[in-house]
Amino acid sequence: MAELTYRDAVARGIAQEMQRDPDVVFFGEDVAAAGGVFKTTVGLLEQFGPKRVRDTPISEQAILGAAMGAAMTGLKPIAEIMFSDFFAVCFNYIANEFSKHRYISNGQTKCPLVVRTANGGGARFGAQHSQSVENWCMMIPGLKVVAPSNPRDVIGLLAAAVRDPDPVIFLEHKSLYPVKGEVPDGEIVDRLGIANIVRPGRDATILALALMVPRAVEAAEELKAEHYIDCEVIDVRSLVPLDTQTILGSIARTHRLFTVEENPRLCGWGAEIVSIVADEAFYDLDGPPVRITTPHIPLPAAEVLEDMALPSVDRIVDRIRRSL
Amino acid sequence: MAKRPSRPPNDDIGEAMRLTLYRLQVEIREAEQRAYDLFLQNLVKGTSHLSLGQEAVAAGFAAAMKPGDLSFCTYRGHAHTLARGVPIEKVLGELMQRNNGLMRGKGGSMHLTSEEHGVMGSYAIVGAHMPIACGAAWRAQYRGDKDVSVCFFGDGTTNIGYFHEALNFAAVWKLPVVFVCENNLYMEYTPIGEVTAVENPAADRARAYGLESIVIDGQDADVVYRAARAAYEKARGGGGPSLIECKTYRYSGHSRADPAKYRPAGELEKWRERDPIKIYRERLVQFGIGKDAIDRIEAEVKRKVDEATEKCKAAPPPPPDILTTDVYADGGWAWRN
Repeated sequence: MAELTYRDAVARGIAQEMQRDPDVVFFGEDVAAAGGVFKTTVGLLEQFGPKRVRDTPISEQAILGAAMGAAMTGLKPIAEIMFSDFFAVCFNYIANEFSKHRYISNGQTKCPLVVRTANGGGARFGAQHSQSVENWCMMIPGLKVVAPSNPRDVIGLLAAAVRDPDPVIFLEHKSLYPVKGEVPDGEIVDRLGIANIVRPGRDATILALALMVPRAVEAAEELKAEHYIDCEVIDVRSLVPLDTQTILGSIARTHRLFTVEENPRLCGWGAEIVSIVADEAFYDLDGPPVRITTPHIPLPAAEVLEDMALPSVDRIVDRIRRSL
Repeated sequence: MAKRPSRPPNDDIGEAMRLTLYRLQVEIREAEQRAYDLFLQNLVKGTSHLSLGQEAVAAGFAAAMKPGDLSFCTYRGHAHTLARGVPIEKVLGELMQRNNGLMRGKGGSMHLTSEEHGVMGSYAIVGAHMPIACGAAWRAQYRGDKDVSVCFFGDGTTNIGYFHEALNFAAVWKLPVVFVCENNLYMEYTPIGEVTAVENPAADRARAYGLESIVIDGQDADVVYRAARAAYEKARGGGGPSLIECKTYRYSGHSRADPAKYRPAGELEKWRERDPIKIYRERLVQFGIGKDAIDRIEAEVKRKVDEATEKCKAAPPPPPDILTTDVYADGGWAWRN
């Protein structure tokens, strides 16, 4: 067991898979010689050489297109898009190409690739470098979408993503990069589509993703200590495939549902889950499900404004306390 | 009777290849014409983009390929798919949305894909396949495979970002990819010259990426074949990418909905005088290939197209159970447990 930052876990996760499989290649803007703008990939060039770890021009379309062509013909590429906001620049590949090619070719082709990206707010970067775009991705048939909340999961889910035969969008949270966590020694491999109950509780279920997980846990501790409300916190981890069974199982015990979502409110992942719960677990509920989200606004740059926009521990506590 | 000129002894193409080039062009012509006729009978649904008039480009580039070389096509991809040896029945069946189609009706005219023939897809978003071809070429470079990725696109593609990103990427990484611009003078309904800053939309941009500027006659399959062979050889030898602009012309409109009324009077007729099949028929005669052999090819192709048409007409539509198959690698569409 070692303590590792979320940032260093990215490099360890990539290295674990590159060591295992010579077909794994890694490329993106400033990822090799510079070690990544967030320093997430420091040392990989030195360890694996310039043939497997490559810098690209600022050409997001070329990056994702090349990842697709390499994946279709036998490699297991990991492509980095520096900020998830830039998905908008190369969205054709995400929405139309590597997500759909297996289907439109009637199962002839495959695209086993991973797109890693820095997602989420908190860095005061403004509206085009701070967004949480998980809802852009999860609506597209053919994609898988995961978002780790801690260093151990970065490694385990990245390994699962690289070994998965489908294209996987891997959303790292840029505000989690400096956060440390305990990571076991040796190989770590998870399965996609498994949610984790990170804090058991009896009174309400809180679903959270990525940066919202530690905030939900902190809120749950405060609710317990100050308001005697015992919340179960579930780290959703994987939006597609979605671990509906763990979520519905928790609601069957707690009878209340709260989602904590960093994405803007409209069509956020929580809306889909609330819809599933309404369809399949309506009579398990003792009250209306509540979504705690970023409002339907572009993210502002100023610290004081961005902090108002993203769900905070105080907002989570307040909203849950008022609902119960 | 005038004596036919005898075949030059050192001809680099040879009789067998010339017959192949002719057969491929006739096959494309007949199959595309049949697709058009079937559309008029309402048996081809959706859209379709024909390559009538552009047959020499598809035939020349495909004939110069080796097994294992990869084709990346656009929505105007029937010709390139057929040229790799995909059965006519599979292509017409897909256009007719039958269960015997290449993708059993799940892709349609614009997405013809046959991995076993090296046809790695037909892409309906203009230019998107250019970086994809780069990726396939990167795999070849990475593994030391000797195959070449060949990417076909129209003149209109030269004004979209993918074109420029892909050319730079391929040049910087020195990838074994050949980019083939089929300049048929029109981007959809608009003359390419009216919307492009340079005269040769692809070739005039080549130097910006450190590549040789190559413009060829796309109506002459010999010219196309030789250009293709040289580019493939360069790619296989580690010499990096090539960009080849083929001057050609499409006889039909952009898609089935387009009667091509924007064409100036006489333009189509002028190009028909340089019809690739007419040119090549004369070439075969010039090289001493007998009329019987030529007629036999034409008759065989017509019979194949007729047989394929009848099979497709008799084929059932795709069964309902394939609606949700092959969304994910497990064969299904499940996104939750």
